[in-house]
Amino acid sequence: MITFEDVVKVYPGGSTAVDHLSLELPTGRLTALVGPSGCGKTTSLRMINRMVTPTSGRILIDGEDVAERDEAALRRGIGYVIQHAGLFPHRTVLDNVATVPVLLGKTRREARAAALELLERVGLSADFAKRYPAQLSGGQQQRVGVARALAADPPIMLMDEPFSAVDPVVREQLHREFLRLQEDLGKTIALVTHDIDEAIKLGDRVAVFRTSGRLAQVGTPRELLAAPADDFVAEFVGRDRGLRGLSFDSAAGLPVRPVDGLLLDDAGRPVGWPGDDGPRDTGGTFTKDDSLRVVADLAIRSPVGIAVRVGPDGAADGLVSHHDLADYLAGRRS
Amino acid sequence: MIEYLRNNADTVWLALQEHVWLALLPVLFGFVIALPVGYLGVRFPVLYHPLVNTCGVLYSIPSLALFVFLPVVLGTKVLSPVNIVVALTIYTVALLARTVADGLRSVDPVVVQAATAMGYRRVRRLTGVELPMALPVILAGLRVATVSNISLVSVGALIGIGGLGQLFTRGFQLFYIEPILVGIVLSVLLAGLADLIIVLVQRAVTPWTRAV
Repeated sequence: MITFEDVVKVYPGGSTAVDHLSLELPTGRLTALVGPSGCGKTTSLRMINRMVTPTSGRILIDGEDVAERDEAALRRGIGYVIQHAGLFPHRTVLDNVATVPVLLGKTRREARAAALELLERVGLSADFAKRYPAQLSGGQQQRVGVARALAADPPIMLMDEPFSAVDPVVREQLHREFLRLQEDLGKTIALVTHDIDEAIKLGDRVAVFRTSGRLAQVGTPRELLAAPADDFVAEFVGRDRGLRGLSFDSAAGLPVRPVDGLLLDDAGRPVGWPGDDGPRDTGGTFTKDDSLRVVADLAIRSPVGIAVRVGPDGAADGLVSHHDLADYLAGRRS
Repeated sequence: MIEYLRNNADTVWLALQEHVWLALLPVLFGFVIALPVGYLGVRFPVLYHPLVNTCGVLYSIPSLALFVFLPVVLGTKVLSPVNIVVALTIYTVALLARTVADGLRSVDPVVVQAATAMGYRRVRRLTGVELPMALPVILAGLRVATVSNISLVSVGALIGIGGLGQLFTRGFQLFYIEPILVGIVLSVLLAGLADLIIVLVQRAVTPWTRAV
């Protein structure tokens, strides 16, 4: 667990970057630090590995004050990922990933062998090993950055806007892969972002900072969307927070109507809704594992206002209309 | 020219050898001195501008004046090659110290911070990250310093030591063009060869600069 105990950072000149921050980042969880620019989120992150020294207060890792640890040794035990990846341009991808293990005294050969495995883990083939960072796309560089941070298997990872510099499609893909990776690894992660959607999507917990370094609210994404502490948080999480809150509700409990009027193939899989010019696309299907947000989206996009549920075999097994969903949500509230 | 070479092969060969070590020894000394001096100009930013200015002033001292002046300061004989070596070392430091500083300053601070955050200590970060990344700039400066030294050695002939420069003085004294031509051609070839060697070394040690 990483603990901020009443941490203050005032820069020479008097500007307060972090104002009496007390915060706990639970072990094995991803805590997203989110807020507008200049809110002290990056400064807070960088105090964990002592890149920034607090003016007062303490930061503890599992009860031990980081100020008492040897700087370099502390940092070698904390993975670090930044925007644009910050790779070493003069080293191959493989040697970039091998950096920290080599610093820790592994032979280059050992470190490279382990690095090669890690590359595959972050979705890069061995073909990339011998390339230089300049030969990679932004998304690929960011994967290498993640692999480099993971190379020494540190229990803690600090990530500063790691996905901000890539285009939305690649970001989406990196998010998915990253969540899968984190599910396996269970690192204690502090992730800084200015993007509340990213924070909500990736964070087990989200800490919202307001300008001049004060913490506005900490909670699970669901708590934040359902009960923002004040107007600032409400504004920051966005006006569509009601709709987005649905992404935390499973569709498993949602009643469905029997399949009727939908064109099916021989195996019972949906083909489309009948139309004058042949079947009209259903716009996708959902399963019991999806969220209510997916159902709402499908119902909105469907040509007939009805979302189609399918079973594990892909066969249609139920329908949900706008009204059904609205009734279900209304019933849940009362 | 060929005939002159044939008749004076020994003289020319000796002059060429002298020229090589008179020019290259100062490059070596100068480089070794410039590395820490240039680093100080980056490590302590207040020193950077004084460093740049001092280098500029040193480089602007006329070489002949320095050759004549150094024996007074160093207590060496006027005809000692040490004077040439020291003078050219000063020029090399003047060129390279600034280049080393600029090279180190050209390193992306984000990458340096990333290195620090991964647990590099200062010295290893310098040798493992900052210097390698500064190499393209430093080696470009080394090319300039080397070629500049090879041409400056000739001036030493005016005080009696100067490698191929002695061919120039002899030609002038005898109103004889052949040794001058031989001296010019060999100087240029030598400079070209030295430059080529540095370029090849640069290609070998900075493969990443060509990776796009």
